[in-house]
Amino acid sequence: MKLLTGNELGSGAVTWWTGSGWSIHVEDAIDVGEGGEAILHAEEGARRVNAPYIIDAIPTPEGPRPAHIKDRVRALGPTVRPDLTLKPADPAAGDWII
Amino acid sequence: MYKYDNYDQAIVDARVAEFRDQVNRRMAGEITEDQFKPLRLMNGLYLQLHAYMLRVAIPYGTLDSRQMRMLAHIARKYDRDYGHFTTRQNIQYNWIKLEECADLLEELASVEMHAIQTSGNCIRNISSDQYAGAAADEVADPRPWAELLRQWSTFHPEFSYLPRKFKIAVIASPEDRAAMRLHDIGLELVRKDGELGARVFVGGGMGRTPMIAPEINPFVKADDLLSYIEACLRVYNRYGRRDNIYKARIKILVHEIGADEYRRQVTEEFAHVKTLGIDPPLAELERISAFFAPPAFDAADVEPDRSDPDFAVWLDQNVKPHKQSGYAIVNISLKPIGGIPGDASSAQIDVMADLAEKYGFDELRVTHAQNIVLPHVAKRDLFAVWQALREAELANANLDLISDIIACPGLDYCSLANARSIPIAQKIATRFADAERQRDVGELKLKISGCINACGHHHAGHIGILGVDKKGVENYQLTLGGSGAEDVSIGKITGPGFDEDGIVDAVEKAVEKYRELREGEERFVDTYRRVGMDPFKEAIYG
Amino acid sequence: MVEFRYRDDEVTEQPSVTLDAFLDQSNATAVRLEPDDDARKLIPFLDRLTLIEIAFPKFRDGRGYSSARILREAGYTGELRAQGDVLVDQIAFMRRCGFDSFAPEGSLNPEAVERALSTYDQFYQKAADAAVPVWKLRHG
Repeated sequence: MKLLTGNELGSGAVTWWTGSGWSIHVEDAIDVGEGGEAILHAEEGARRVNAPYIIDAIPTPEGPRPAHIKDRVRALGPTVRPDLTLKPADPAAGDWII
Repeated sequence: MYKYDNYDQAIVDARVAEFRDQVNRRMAGEITEDQFKPLRLMNGLYLQLHAYMLRVAIPYGTLDSRQMRMLAHIARKYDRDYGHFTTRQNIQYNWIKLEECADLLEELASVEMHAIQTSGNCIRNISSDQYAGAAADEVADPRPWAELLRQWSTFHPEFSYLPRKFKIAVIASPEDRAAMRLHDIGLELVRKDGELGARVFVGGGMGRTPMIAPEINPFVKADDLLSYIEACLRVYNRYGRRDNIYKARIKILVHEIGADEYRRQVTEEFAHVKTLGIDPPLAELERISAFFAPPAFDAADVEPDRSDPDFAVWLDQNVKPHKQSGYAIVNISLKPIGGIPGDASSAQIDVMADLAEKYGFDELRVTHAQNIVLPHVAKRDLFAVWQALREAELANANLDLISDIIACPGLDYCSLANARSIPIAQKIATRFADAERQRDVGELKLKISGCINACGHHHAGHIGILGVDKKGVENYQLTLGGSGAEDVSIGKITGPGFDEDGIVDAVEKAVEKYRELREGEERFVDTYRRVGMDPFKEAIYG
Repeated sequence: MVEFRYRDDEVTEQPSVTLDAFLDQSNATAVRLEPDDDARKLIPFLDRLTLIEIAFPKFRDGRGYSSARILREAGYTGELRAQGDVLVDQIAFMRRCGFDSFAPEGSLNPEAVERALSTYDQFYQKAADAAVPVWKLRHG
């Protein structure tokens, strides 16, 4: 599957395309199939996302997981600061990253 | 410490206003990201893995307690309560919001700080010796020269779109604590017949193609310095390669045409540039130098009481002799076992500021090894300083030992990285956590980069580690025998790479091999240079 | 199209020729330099040139800044035009290097250009413009 990701222009936060908007949780991302480019240009033009790009991902029961390690790190937060990730209370939350 | 006058302040204030305007235009959609990117980069603002990252300049690594407290304040108010001190003597914040950036810069400007030219293909922050003004072996304080260069390079109209970034270091001691010859331009102040001048080295660097800078001029006089450097840059701006980003640094130009030809071109250009009147009068260097006059040293020379064994160990490892009797140089290691090299919390930054104010003539330095220095501490105060540091978990007695690791942010933060650096540093430090074992191993500079750009200086590590991407999996190459000091050398790769645990084992095997082979007072790197790669290779792969 | 011009004299109507063409036949009074052209080759002919156009095919390529300064340092007083990928945030640097007219490919907002040119009142270094460097203000 393919995901569309980028950062919020103002805050810089990592975001994922949900089909109707943007979420900071990769679990909300949808498969954009071959239609990613068009969404990318429209959303970037409207400044609802900054520096967007399309990545490969793998569907899992817990939600989509980016294929490349770099985007897996982006999806949760730094592996060396669990307290600063999206799931600070869950020590196992990053098990799928590496 | 240099203090801004109205001119300096006006320039930094104008920069804040200009950047605010640039950000507003970007937020309003008047400029695209492609157009905005070089603008934000020239002000140190990157888009990294998780957010915007802002790199704040700490000119030649020197700051006072008011500035240090501002760094803590920025971390608390605009970031997530910590900052990362870098190998370029700067500080980076990892979670900055674009929409708040101009306000942040305005606060920085209120304490004479900025993020000007901390990125981009321009002349970057000038780095220097963290012991400047305190080292017994210096011929002069290098910082006035660095400040002269800072001003000259700030918004230089001709050199803001160079082929690639440009880094200058200035030292004034035979002992090189700033990796001077691994810079695009390295200056070493020397005296000739009583007159102070600069030995000029051009074309060093790390990255994909590490090079040690050759000497281009043995002596440039103070009142020729800016003309000479301008000539060095102009030759580079005109003839440096622009067809391939990996061959665009000045080291490639100097290497391809040869040091002799480069010198010839610079000499010719200098003869012309010198007629243009771009050198300030010596009175300007004297004006700047006055700010760096030694503080009022007046402490009696008392040896500290060594009865506390932990304090004694810290004294031996982290405290260095000062040129003034009664004083010492205190190194604060930002490398706790298992910690993140170079990171400090706001609270820790405040503690260091307080100590500088109370015990250190209000001065702090950032080192290229990602530590902090209090350059002038009276020996009678060392115990009090140590106690306060210990309270703040800053009394790590491991300066220059194997756990005093340089590491870039790596794939945990950096969008250029191929592999994580920090976890490797943490694992190695933890493996060698036994303090006595570390001290027995002695000076060992271990440096880790998460990609070929070499921000973690791995080429210059006695032991160097380079993270690479091997088909989507992190892999680590090992190099031995590098040095960024006066015995400068580029490390050699041992052989095939390792996974995360394998690299830690390989480092341990190399260290144990050294312990077996060393003679007398040899450091790791000395033994390596004497016996060569083979015994180590055998120990690691055999 | 020349969008911004900071000179009082008449605009040169003659189209500019390449450096090679100029050096070959050389009765042109307007010449165009590409980034890799050596500006110093024009030095013997500066007296009869009224326009030198310096091309910026990509704004990141900063060779043209050095070309401009070299020409001004050699005494050239004619029009020095930056043409191509010229962006608003570069114009102040270009003015300091001696450019006095601009023909950007994309249209620039005149207000933004005006703002960019008036952002800084003080300059640290001596360049090809008339600005007095800060060190000179400090020491007279």
